[in-house]
Amino acid sequence: MHSIRPSLLPEREITPEALFLRRRSFIRAGAAFSAALLFGCGEDTSARASTPAPSPLAKLPNVLPAPAGYRTDEEPTRFEDATAYNNFYEFGTGKEEPAENAHTLRVRPWAIAVEGEVAKPGVLDIETLLKAYPLEERIYRLRCVEAWSMVIPWVGVPLGEVLRRFAPTSQAKYVAFETLVDEEQMPGQRRRVLDWPYREGLRIDEAMHPLAILAVGMYGRVLPSQNGAPVRLVVPWKYGFKSIKSIVRVRLVARMPRTTWSDENPSEYGFYANVNPQVDHPRWSQRSERRIGEWSKRPTLAFNGYGEQVASLYRDMDLRRNF
Amino acid sequence: MGHFGGARMNRHLAHAALIALALVPFAGLALGAARGGLGANPVETITHVTGGWALRLLLASLAVTPLRRLDARLAVLAPFRRTLGLLAFAYALCHAATFFALDLGFAFGLLAEEIAERPYVTLGFGALLALAPLAITSTRAWQRRLGRRWVALHRLVYLAAALAVAHFLWLVKKDLREPLLYAAVLAVLLGARAFAARRRHASA
Repeated sequence: MHSIRPSLLPEREITPEALFLRRRSFIRAGAAFSAALLFGCGEDTSARASTPAPSPLAKLPNVLPAPAGYRTDEEPTRFEDATAYNNFYEFGTGKEEPAENAHTLRVRPWAIAVEGEVAKPGVLDIETLLKAYPLEERIYRLRCVEAWSMVIPWVGVPLGEVLRRFAPTSQAKYVAFETLVDEEQMPGQRRRVLDWPYREGLRIDEAMHPLAILAVGMYGRVLPSQNGAPVRLVVPWKYGFKSIKSIVRVRLVARMPRTTWSDENPSEYGFYANVNPQVDHPRWSQRSERRIGEWSKRPTLAFNGYGEQVASLYRDMDLRRNF
Repeated sequence: MGHFGGARMNRHLAHAALIALALVPFAGLALGAARGGLGANPVETITHVTGGWALRLLLASLAVTPLRRLDARLAVLAPFRRTLGLLAFAYALCHAATFFALDLGFAFGLLAEEIAERPYVTLGFGALLALAPLAITSTRAWQRRLGRRWVALHRLVYLAAALAVAHFLWLVKKDLREPLLYAAVLAVLLGARAFAARRRHASA
């Protein structure tokens, strides 16, 4: 188990005032013998830094700094990479497709329906979330099941704080989440590559854990659409597919809810999906990962390095069976 | 010089042009790596591009003979079969080297483990292994030395292509479109071969 080293250094400038550009994906393979492969490669870093973005993302005001234990002092991933390398199949299955296609997502008006085993069901409007809750920065590692990882400075609110306002009953054993379904806004949903809507879930104690947040921003600004705007989940000790994006529904339930990737392939993706270097994916190893921005792989940490904070949730569980 | 010298010159130029063209993706990767223009995950990009071109060039090589049989004028393509195959092998070597160096950190023990435990690595390694003797015996000298056995040996190319496609199918997370496309192309090329072989037997 590894712990987060609480940072004693002043908070670093996370990213330059950099703005994202949509990258042309040159890995669009098809069988076409395309010479575009060459032309897609020629990006110049200096050009990237100085070219203004089409519409800059709004800065989030009054963001509290991350408390010790809720931020890693590892080098954050470059904003350009965090916003151009995404798994968000609602906008295409290529890594660069969400950045190219997510501009059709309408992030206002937006509300999350909170229902099920709660004494006060209702609707959480995104504006309420942005204004009536104290926003905090959280610098977390994000580990994808595909064995790559990033370090992202999120801005959000602990999920538990939000749920408490809706008063979960004693019957609430799990929390289920759903992403938006709208083929017009999300062209990737026109193909049934996944069984839409994207669904995810947490056990109630996982949901109430202080590490789990509803993120409304990153790098000090609101979320780009390709990163799951306007509000998404971040559960840093689990594989990235658990951190569901563009949430429209939260339901408190008594039984373990269905989750999209587990439905797709139950032998490869489980409900818990805790980062675990000792439990391989059936087709590839989980012992190491590529930190985006680095050339060599690094060893993967149990619970993505958050073991000190979350291992107790799984004390009596066989994590190989409950993968 | 005369007609014969001119034809040979044209053939050399054609081969050179093919090689130059086929190396464009490689040049793109090299340039991209130097300038930071390979996307957020450059290792993945390099692996995907080299693997993709290895497969495409291999399929192109396999397409030469069926195309020649379709139309006699396409016999001019015949000499390119070997060049395409060797280019495919070159890309496959780069692909494997990238995996060994950047995914496995040059760890031979880890390589052995991955080959033994991960089917997609087994399949990829198998494809490379099947191509190696073909590359080595690709010269006319070897052709003469092995005679009829050369033809038998070079049937390994079908196995190599099938293993390469299976390797791709195995490692894709969800979107099978690209590998299925290659599988379809391979099926058509193998089907054409089988059809031609049966016709030869029937008329023999």
